[in-house]
Amino acid sequence: MKKQYEVEGGEFLSAGRASAKVKKQLKQLGYDANVVRKVAVCMYEAEINMVIHANGGIIETDFMPDHIYITLQDEGPGIPDIEKAMEPGFSTASDEAREMGFGAGMGLPNMKKNSCELNITSEVGVGTRVEIKVNVK
Amino acid sequence: MDILQSKLHSVTLDYDKCIGCTDCIKRCPTEAIRVRNGKANIIDERCIDCGMCIRVCRNGAKRAVTDSFNDINKFKYKVAIPAPTLYSQFHDILDPNYILTGLKEIGFDEVIEVAKGADLVSEYTKEYLKKEGIKKPVISSACPATVRLIQIRFPSLIPNILPIVSPMEAIARYTRNYLVKQGMKSEDIGIFFISPCAAKMTDSRMNEALDSENVDGVIAIKDIYFKLYNVVRNVEKPEQLVTSSYRGIKWAESGGEGTATDNSNFLAVDGIDNVIKVLELLEDEMIQADFVECLACTNGCIGGPLVVEDPFVSKYNMDKIIEYSRECVTKRELELYDEKIKLDWDHELEARTVMKLDKDMFKALEKMEQLEQIYETLPQIDCGSCGAPTCRALAEDIVRGNANVEDCIFMLREKVKEMAEDMVNLAQKMPQTLSEGIKENEKNDGK
Repeated sequence: MKKQYEVEGGEFLSAGRASAKVKKQLKQLGYDANVVRKVAVCMYEAEINMVIHANGGIIETDFMPDHIYITLQDEGPGIPDIEKAMEPGFSTASDEAREMGFGAGMGLPNMKKNSCELNITSEVGVGTRVEIKVNVK
Repeated sequence: MDILQSKLHSVTLDYDKCIGCTDCIKRCPTEAIRVRNGKANIIDERCIDCGMCIRVCRNGAKRAVTDSFNDINKFKYKVAIPAPTLYSQFHDILDPNYILTGLKEIGFDEVIEVAKGADLVSEYTKEYLKKEGIKKPVISSACPATVRLIQIRFPSLIPNILPIVSPMEAIARYTRNYLVKQGMKSEDIGIFFISPCAAKMTDSRMNEALDSENVDGVIAIKDIYFKLYNVVRNVEKPEQLVTSSYRGIKWAESGGEGTATDNSNFLAVDGIDNVIKVLELLEDEMIQADFVECLACTNGCIGGPLVVEDPFVSKYNMDKIIEYSRECVTKRELELYDEKIKLDWDHELEARTVMKLDKDMFKALEKMEQLEQIYETLPQIDCGSCGAPTCRALAEDIVRGNANVEDCIFMLREKVKEMAEDMVNLAQKMPQTLSEGIKENEKNDGK
């Protein structure tokens, strides 16, 4: 089952709404609590990143009985060095974002830890595409 | 009076008073209420006894079933275990001994405070937090509405719940043990919780984590308040009955339990909507605290649905009582502690999968697709006229086979409009013979 969400940029207070909706759906569908938790952690991180760095974007979810697939596509500044971005503690978040408690540099490492597959493709000045897969078993 | 009662929760509907408005359905945090045939119906397995509907109902049609004061007479030896919230319901009485003495005067043989149970649970919690391999943040299990909310809406957080009995059950266990040691028969002892909380009633009857429970009855604070008020006013010299610390009393307020863990890395949240937000963040692993205290009522238990005082006035009163108890209260020595008494849960809690659309994942996915499609056709203004709290909830009810699209008044109006148009169209269609006849007449008239 596929569904699309638009995420607004710069709106810290509403960041996480799409993930909350997805979580509710996953629970209604009867996915295992641990699977829901993994998806929630990954998607929340990714959604926040989109709000902080990329001025929003589009999230697509695809639920299958054996796996859950989420893609986040933005037209933000892009990530120059993905490997470096994956390092724990590395962050380029603005002071404003840090003051709100975001941007501690644990987002991508956390997503890697909780997903079964994580693919990030990015082009500077064009945008970033994040693909997250969480297997059910 | 027609009272419908369920075992799964204590909140019930007074059928005669319900006018079928949408106040309660819109505020229920688990979408557990639907208006059907003009009356609010509670979906039993979804109700968490948070008491929100009791607070918002303007007709007083929602209430919690509790025991009556007269039920204490079923027992030879009557024991009151009052929640510390009770103290906050009186103005200008800073010494809890007056209120505890008052309880004895209205008919109880013994009074032991739940605040003492809170002290004992705090000690247990401190030890638990030191253990290796526990899941953090540890979430308090003291609020039964929160625990049930987690079982229904946040099952992935079940392993984080503190597996320890509530202060109510803890003090009931110690009290019964103490009295039996004094030579009393257990069946003669009636232990009654004086409660601000609707959920405690259900909690004391069927706590899923426990094999046996020691509370024999739950009496609402509001049901004995006026009886107690007159007596307490006239207490001249109170008995020294307090056994608890001020920290045990502070459990009645938001932050009290957290403070008592002696670990400053705790988060306290109160009010059911705020609790839900924090549980969402916990599920997303965005909170790094060691301990999280979630109380469903505003300002904590002092804001419970069975109290008489406003939650903010109660807090004002309570802060003074706590300050006073810190310095001045004389306590009685009572050897309640017994190392034989354990406070751990007997079982792990299980998730309550009442939100699932279907047991079969393929069917659930199909139903979710239908749900989305139906939702797209609905007006999405969440007016509640269909009896469901939101358009999405109506779509869910339709998919589950519990409602029809025509329950939506806007969809019904569309349908009526279509039918009306069809009728106009049909009305213009004349039988061949007759329409020919008219033409003939018209021709003749024209001549």
